[in-house]
Amino acid sequence: MTRISLIALGAFAIMAGAICILVLVPQALLSDVQPPPQLAPYTERQLVGRRVYMANGCVYCHSQQVRDPAFTTDVDRGWGSRATVPADYAYDRPHLLGTMRTGPDLINVGQRLPDADWHLIHLYDPRSVVDWSLMPAFPFLFEEKSPNEVRPGDRVVRIPGPRARRGVAVVAKPEAIALVDYLISLKRQYPVADTAAGMRTAFGGRNGAH
Amino acid sequence: MTAPVAGHAPAGEAGTLGRENVRAVAAARGLAPEDLEIRLRADASSALVVLVLFSVAIAWLLIGSIFGDIASLKLHWPDFLTRQGWLTFGRVRTAHLHAVNYGWATAALIGTSVWLLPRLMHNELKAPLVALAGGVLFTLGIAVGIIGVLAGYTDGMEWLEANRYTAGPLLVVGGGLVGLSLFLTVAARRAEHLYVSAWYILGAFIWFPMLYVTGKWPTWTGVESAAANWFFAHNVLGFWLTAMSVGAAYYFIPKVLGRPIYSYQLSVVGFWSLAMFYSLNGMHHLVGGPLPTWMITTSIVASVFMFIPVVATGINLHMTVVGRFGALRYSPTLRFVVLGAIAYTAVSLQGSFTALREVNRVTHFTHWTVAHSHVGGYAFVTFVAFGAMYYIVPRVVGHEWPSARLVRWHFNTVLAGIAIYVISLTWAGVAQGLALLDARLPFQVSVERSVPGLYGRSLGGLILTIGHVIFAWHFWRMIRMPTGAQPTRPPLHEAQPVLYTDEAEAARPRQGAV
Repeated sequence: MTRISLIALGAFAIMAGAICILVLVPQALLSDVQPPPQLAPYTERQLVGRRVYMANGCVYCHSQQVRDPAFTTDVDRGWGSRATVPADYAYDRPHLLGTMRTGPDLINVGQRLPDADWHLIHLYDPRSVVDWSLMPAFPFLFEEKSPNEVRPGDRVVRIPGPRARRGVAVVAKPEAIALVDYLISLKRQYPVADTAAGMRTAFGGRNGAH
Repeated sequence: MTAPVAGHAPAGEAGTLGRENVRAVAAARGLAPEDLEIRLRADASSALVVLVLFSVAIAWLLIGSIFGDIASLKLHWPDFLTRQGWLTFGRVRTAHLHAVNYGWATAALIGTSVWLLPRLMHNELKAPLVALAGGVLFTLGIAVGIIGVLAGYTDGMEWLEANRYTAGPLLVVGGGLVGLSLFLTVAARRAEHLYVSAWYILGAFIWFPMLYVTGKWPTWTGVESAAANWFFAHNVLGFWLTAMSVGAAYYFIPKVLGRPIYSYQLSVVGFWSLAMFYSLNGMHHLVGGPLPTWMITTSIVASVFMFIPVVATGINLHMTVVGRFGALRYSPTLRFVVLGAIAYTAVSLQGSFTALREVNRVTHFTHWTVAHSHVGGYAFVTFVAFGAMYYIVPRVVGHEWPSARLVRWHFNTVLAGIAIYVISLTWAGVAQGLALLDARLPFQVSVERSVPGLYGRSLGGLILTIGHVIFAWHFWRMIRMPTGAQPTRPPLHEAQPVLYTDEAEAARPRQGAV
């Protein structure tokens, strides 16, 4: 090939075409997706918690999607009662679908594990509650004080078992409380609205089904 | 292609030859003096930019290795370094990804491209200071992005974490300035024919800005952002790192062997079909996910069609080497680049299979994917970059690499390291995936079965880091040597010329130490 314009225009045109097919056309098709009425927008504090989730890279080990039960064991594992659909993510900016399951899926963790105290303990020292866990501990989301420094209003986290450190009061920082608030808000168990089902049909069936 | 160049003893090719010497050297190599002079001028014009970019790249390689090792250790020692937020797994892992892909690989391949293009255009590099400024700004952008990630500022999408308002402008302006210099060089070219390497380099500099803007567009919401995310994250490999690496492989393999590329037609097929099919692959990272089925099916089909560019490019590169494998003993460039090309074929075919739903049910969400990305990012891209540096740096600084032993140690450590890394992590991924697919097994089993492979990955990663330290030390010694100096011992297996013909092979006296 000797013509530079041919290479440049061809390269540009092919990539522009691909952007249309996989980004712009889906964007137009999905613009009708309405948030289901049962799905509440995130609160201010949950959004702060979502940013803590992003900042500490939770997404690199935890997905937030349930796939078709015909194709996967996601539902059998108790990660949700149905596959998630585009409308479930209407308030997510950006998405946190994830590509790794070094840890379990979290899109319904609020349903499965609704106890905020459990989450705080688990964040401070995962192996105090799940001994085989590979999750990093996040002690920097907590303050470690001597018990007589604890002020009223402090969220004290009581670590159970032999891993508890004597003479140390663990107090959750606002980031930890916000993160747990976000985690507990993750529930996508309501029945899918007709619009979402309609979208699926229009797109040729649920993804993953053979 | 111009005529073959002999071996690795450039004898002051960096422009220090006088006119008389040019004639003598050209005659000795069977070149027209004008051709050699064009080449010397091309090399001299890009020398400073290339040297700075390579130095920056190697610094990023060391930084990225440390972050990678820390992240790897944390996956099986989760209580290691947990007190500081900036050292948590999610941040050092991301710092590793940015340091090695956008720091190391990008700077190394831009440096290679900046060196190649003037040679391919039979011209000097135009606006070299613009390219230099671009490289420095780009590097600053990477640094700003990584520091931000470590401090907890992230845009949140994989491969796109660097902040769009602080790091983004530096990356866009920096990359744009390098691209400007390259396009000016092409516009002022003297060569009539555009060699295949130039197609890939030019393509890369057209594609990357389109991809970056698409990925970073600030209004994407919900599953649309997932589509934009994986459109970018998959294509940045295919149209940025792969494009420049394949371009480099197309140059160095025929160059070192002194024989033309196997088939011009196959290189045309390979280039255009790569653009057609690779660009539609991204959604195979979301198989089973909550996106319209047709998008994911499109990507699976396109992934299978990737056989066409991969086989075309593979046949072309491998058939150029077939019958000349003996030359790999003499040229570290050839060793690294040929192995890189083999890894490219392997990783691409693996990728096509992984996109199939039946395979993907096992491998999705597992360490398999991480192993796969290291076959691509390391065994392919990084090996090609090492090979390119072994060829280019002597021609930039005007003398040979000081130590053949360090080259061998570098090669052996990184080959062993990446083999251990990929085998153990692939195995971990399969074990994890099969456990996840069996609903009777609790999640715990998928974690426990992957742990031995995670230890193996740490071992492989640490060996890689040793190799990088050796390479960086050798590079440091190389650039600190006075210009034109020659090592006391002939390096690189006694500096056998790599000009390889059957007659030369038959006539070559057998030597004891090879």
